[in-house]
Amino acid sequence: MKDHRGRPVVAVTGLGLVSPLGFGVVDNWAALVAGRSGVRPITRFDTANLKTSFAGTVMLPEEAGGRFVRSADRMHRYAEMAADEALAMAGLGGKGGFPGPLVLGMPPIEIEMADRVAAAARANTPTYPAMVGMPPEEMRRDRTLLVGPPARLAAQYGTRGAPLALSTACATGVTAIQFAMEAIWYGEAEAVLCICTEASITPESLIRFSLLQALSTRNDSPETASRPFDATRDGFVMAEGAACLVLESAAHAKARGARPLGYVLGGGEFADGFHRTRSNPDGSTIVTAMRRALDDAGVTPEQIDYVNAHGTSTPENDKMECLGMQTVFGARVPPASSNKSMIGHSISASGAIEAVFSLLTIRDQKLPPTINYHNPDPAIVLDVVPNVARDARVERVLSNSFGFGGQNSCLVLAASPV
Amino acid sequence: MREVWITGIGLATSLGEGLAPHLAALRDPAAGPVLDETSFAPWSIHPLPSLPFESQIPRRDFRQMETWQRLGSFTAGLALDSAGAKTLGAGIDLIVAAGGGERDTALDEAIFADMAGVPAAELGGWLNQRVMAGLRPTLFLAQLPNLLAGSITMVHGVARSSRTLMGGEAAAADALRLGMAKIALGGGEMALVGGATSPARWDDLFTYGCGGLPWRGPWQPVAERGANGGGFCLGGIGAFLLLEEAGHARARGATPFARLTQVATSMATRQGADTAEASAAVLLGQFGGRLRPGAAVFSTATGVTEAMAAETAFLAGAGLGQPLFIGDLLGHGAEASFAAAVALAALLAQAGEAPQTLVSGFGPWRGEALALVEAV
Repeated sequence: MKDHRGRPVVAVTGLGLVSPLGFGVVDNWAALVAGRSGVRPITRFDTANLKTSFAGTVMLPEEAGGRFVRSADRMHRYAEMAADEALAMAGLGGKGGFPGPLVLGMPPIEIEMADRVAAAARANTPTYPAMVGMPPEEMRRDRTLLVGPPARLAAQYGTRGAPLALSTACATGVTAIQFAMEAIWYGEAEAVLCICTEASITPESLIRFSLLQALSTRNDSPETASRPFDATRDGFVMAEGAACLVLESAAHAKARGARPLGYVLGGGEFADGFHRTRSNPDGSTIVTAMRRALDDAGVTPEQIDYVNAHGTSTPENDKMECLGMQTVFGARVPPASSNKSMIGHSISASGAIEAVFSLLTIRDQKLPPTINYHNPDPAIVLDVVPNVARDARVERVLSNSFGFGGQNSCLVLAASPV
Repeated sequence: MREVWITGIGLATSLGEGLAPHLAALRDPAAGPVLDETSFAPWSIHPLPSLPFESQIPRRDFRQMETWQRLGSFTAGLALDSAGAKTLGAGIDLIVAAGGGERDTALDEAIFADMAGVPAAELGGWLNQRVMAGLRPTLFLAQLPNLLAGSITMVHGVARSSRTLMGGEAAAADALRLGMAKIALGGGEMALVGGATSPARWDDLFTYGCGGLPWRGPWQPVAERGANGGGFCLGGIGAFLLLEEAGHARARGATPFARLTQVATSMATRQGADTAEASAAVLLGQFGGRLRPGAAVFSTATGVTEAMAAETAFLAGAGLGQPLFIGDLLGHGAEASFAAAVALAALLAQAGEAPQTLVSGFGPWRGEALALVEAV
């Protein structure tokens, strides 16, 4: 089972999801097609003096009593919940012995301000020189070193070889899937456990994005704040969660009798050297990324039935993405909706979450909506599947992710391998 | 499998900028490292010298970076220059191994100093206000790991793809492995791979200090630290390599420093029978008969006791020669160390002084890697 370039066909046999809409593929998909928002006021820390006080948060069962969960643990929990679901669905990798490597898309973990403050309070003087070597007891290596999360998950799932941990900011999810595909294409593995997780909703992260004026400030109406492609959009909404995909060579899946849930046909990328946070004004970089994905997948623009848009709800992205799609697709731009209108932007996980939703879109032949779309932007002429999901014939989906820092990556997912 | 050459090297460390000071240090390891034992006492570092960053980075981009990104962008440029590939960026794949960028530690400390009188119930909102008021907006762009790659794309136009791996030494070796695999298996012709670490960071010492990893006290050679608790001394290292398919290099008249014959990585749990030594032995088995007796051995062992003991035991058990500890020359450069060691091996290969070098790297906590560098 080879593709148009002679590479092994890559099937997806397991899916797992954690998002602000809930735990598990079933609940997430039901909420998404119902057009429900998972964005809500932040309650886990004091939001006084923050410009944005809401996000797409996920409440873990263990924090119901108000227990503080560090980001490093939170992202691990989301990752393992998504992975457990995907592995059960795939029927692969039982008893902690997954027959391939781990690819982990994740945020750069760091010691949070609250822990720094605690260390400073304990030190002789509140300075770094006095704080070194005096950390809180809980600051283990797997919570502080960047190799911690992949090492922890690789050990837990018994994956083979060196796990990869990566970040291409908002494109992380797509990059992770590309790494996984390449491992199969290059013959390094028959199956890859691909997990992408995000848990960066901390005061400091919100402040950093606020200072770049990237976030919506609609504090009086969180659930309508993420409004991709709408003329009144004012920034993205931070979110958290995780997605897991079990990728396998189609031959491997067939040999063990597994039923593919869909296929990843190819990916494309191109880095933007124009500006750190804005894309090239003619859209040429994202156009190239989309075209490369189509070429890599061996499909023409006419064969794409739907675009799972990056659609962040920032003024800049949505305009540029529309321009890019018009350039790639010409007069016939397929329907393009943004999952982020409901779940917000779960940065390191979003590309993988959207890949899962793309496969569900294909499975159920149903386009999820762009909610909160009420004021068309004259600069954006696009069928965004406004506000209500609808049935459609969907064989192939283009999923876009365009990163802060200029990393632009796109995937083509499909119902069948050609 | 197509042949992969190293056609460009960009290197800047405590020993200086460019290839000459590093070759000199390899020829005379007894000359000893360049150290700063006072600025971060009781922790010693291998400090960066003053480097002409402006020669590779336009001023407007310079302001958006901190030392880590400047060093990386600078050495990435040196690597492209040395390969004669500065104008070929659109065809070059970029794989960066990155840690986190610098914090504003002065702001942190000002906040720590002022927070004493703030009632506990108001501390959260008070912190929000102070961080919001004090943080420089563009610092975020100097902190995100993927923004080193972003800066390299912006400054040098390396754009065919851009990927960033995170996770210390393991990420560094995997970046090299993936860059090599892409070329060897026909996925691309050229890949710029590497990383950078700035050693003069209290925030890094704090983070690594949580794991008990930094060496405390006056500098000692890495092999001698184990008896006193072990640990690493951070070193300033920027190291980038341009990997290139041999035929592609020949066609454009580029001369190789060396051949990158193989890179293999793994990650043992280092618990029970799943030891780092056993993991590396499996990797070495993948090298087949290519490694000949008498090959030079470079190790990026850091001086952290358990990993250091495991790595030296593995090398001795495999009948390999006495390793040269790169950490004794350059200090511990985390995401930059493995590429730097491979660069040094390539320099010796080109100079005709080491036809084969095995580069070994056991991460201080996790990750095992081996690479084979050979003269062309």
